[in-house]
Amino acid sequence: MKTKINEFPGISLSEKDFDQGKILFNFDELRGDFAWDTGIAIGQYLASLREGVILGARCSSCRKTVVPPRVVCEWCFRPMAEFVPLEDTGTVNTFSLCYVTWDVQRIKEPEIPAVIEIDGASPLHGIMHLLGEVDPKKIFIGMRVKAVWKPSRQRKGAITDIRYFAPLAEGGVK
Amino acid sequence: MGMRKVAVIGAGMTKFVRRAQETAKELTWEATHMALQSCELTLDDIEAVCLGTAPDSFDGIHMNGEYLSDGAGAWDKPYMRSYVGGGTGVFVPIQGWYHIASGLFDVVLVVAEEKMSSYYPHGQAAFLTIFDHTTERPLKPNLLWIFAMEMNRYMTTYGISKEDIARVSVLHKRNAANHPAALLGDSEITVEDVLNSEVLAWPVQRLDVSPVSDGAVALVLAAEHVAKRLTDKPVWIEGVGWHLDTAHWTNRDLAYPRYVEYAARMAYDMAGIKEPRKEINIAEPYDPFDYKALHHLEGLQLAERGQAPQLYIDGTAEKDGDMPVCPSGGLLGVGNPIAAAGLMKIAELFWQLRGEAGARQVPGQPRRGLAQAWGDLMQVGTVVIMGR
Repeated sequence: MKTKINEFPGISLSEKDFDQGKILFNFDELRGDFAWDTGIAIGQYLASLREGVILGARCSSCRKTVVPPRVVCEWCFRPMAEFVPLEDTGTVNTFSLCYVTWDVQRIKEPEIPAVIEIDGASPLHGIMHLLGEVDPKKIFIGMRVKAVWKPSRQRKGAITDIRYFAPLAEGGVK
Repeated sequence: MGMRKVAVIGAGMTKFVRRAQETAKELTWEATHMALQSCELTLDDIEAVCLGTAPDSFDGIHMNGEYLSDGAGAWDKPYMRSYVGGGTGVFVPIQGWYHIASGLFDVVLVVAEEKMSSYYPHGQAAFLTIFDHTTERPLKPNLLWIFAMEMNRYMTTYGISKEDIARVSVLHKRNAANHPAALLGDSEITVEDVLNSEVLAWPVQRLDVSPVSDGAVALVLAAEHVAKRLTDKPVWIEGVGWHLDTAHWTNRDLAYPRYVEYAARMAYDMAGIKEPRKEINIAEPYDPFDYKALHHLEGLQLAERGQAPQLYIDGTAEKDGDMPVCPSGGLLGVGNPIAAAGLMKIAELFWQLRGEAGARQVPGQPRRGLAQAWGDLMQVGTVVIMGR
């Protein structure tokens, strides 16, 4: 292989550019504080997470159960008023072993994001979460997993009330 | 439907680089200027301007469309910026197309620009806010996650190996070695190089990914009666399509891009194409990651589901194959300044179909080509079919 691809070709930012004033450097302390309303469907989803339940929504017209819940069915555009508790178990639809963080720091122990199809929801309907208590080499698509919840008094109605999903032992008992 | 024929009559592009020392406006002007010169028009001949550029957060400028407007030649003209994430580069010529097809304008400038290097240390962090603020962002996701997970699902569903996928990166980077504006062209790269590169988010490795880049591309579009007066070699926009899948991305099939299929079917219908595999001579599917080119070729109906790797194994995808794929070098080879990268594919078809692609020229006087891009939260497909 030619060396030029080993080293990402082109000019990168350097201290010199800053010293010589070739760069207008402006560090904004962006006051990006947002207060997002959780809304009707996600509000109930979060309230249910606090109780240790993953909530879905069912469209009686399309006979589809989606997760997280929402107020309108994308397929038929009818209201989706029926919110249904789902299992806190599921199947790994896909996963990654990620060695870089969101701000591109290298890490040794991978983060393990996964899409988990939640039991009780329609096929291929899942949520994104993390996997834990598992040897990265042993994860496979189709693996059965179960939510590992924070203790109930530490839950505050957030997706992080589930710490991660961990493999279900044989026979379905963790 | 009473739509007028629209041709591409001129194109220009800057080099795609890691960090351009020009400003975003200057890059935009360079490409626009080249496009006008290529068809010997001046800004006075232009009736409206369409601009494509991706998230404002790269430049740190709110309303980047307005900011770039002087570089794009938009002053004193009807002007509009479109943005559909990574799909923008192939959507903005569609916008230019309907400006003209509708009869509203005769000559329109289409410009796409991206300067990703200003956001440092790395542009990827600018993508954090595409995730849902309540249900996903608390997990500290990064953009690689969704690609890595989609790639894994695609590989596992169809039993495709990493080696099969690495061939895509190799072919595109080799093709790019002949592109004078390319950032990562390499005529000697091998499958082993890709398989031995750093693991970023398994199964995604360093050479599976296109680079963050700076660059701009511009096209001139004209109605039939104008195009025929200005050039002997107009390249017609024969079909366009775009389509959206659910933004609840964990609620859909990650192994198959249905939204690309629907966008392609819309474009094929418009172009009167019944058998795309026989009628498309050059394909420029969107390839920010190597597996995405395969994924998209299947969505475009140019390969059976799970069979796209075969095009790279049997040589169909090579420059002198039956259906060359990304003869430009694609995003993997030329670079990925997001909106500009999509429009680069349209410019490539323009040059290829006119026989002006130089060392990259596909043999056999290709008649028809297809370019496609994809974006938003992985659920928008945009397709343009061009012919001579």
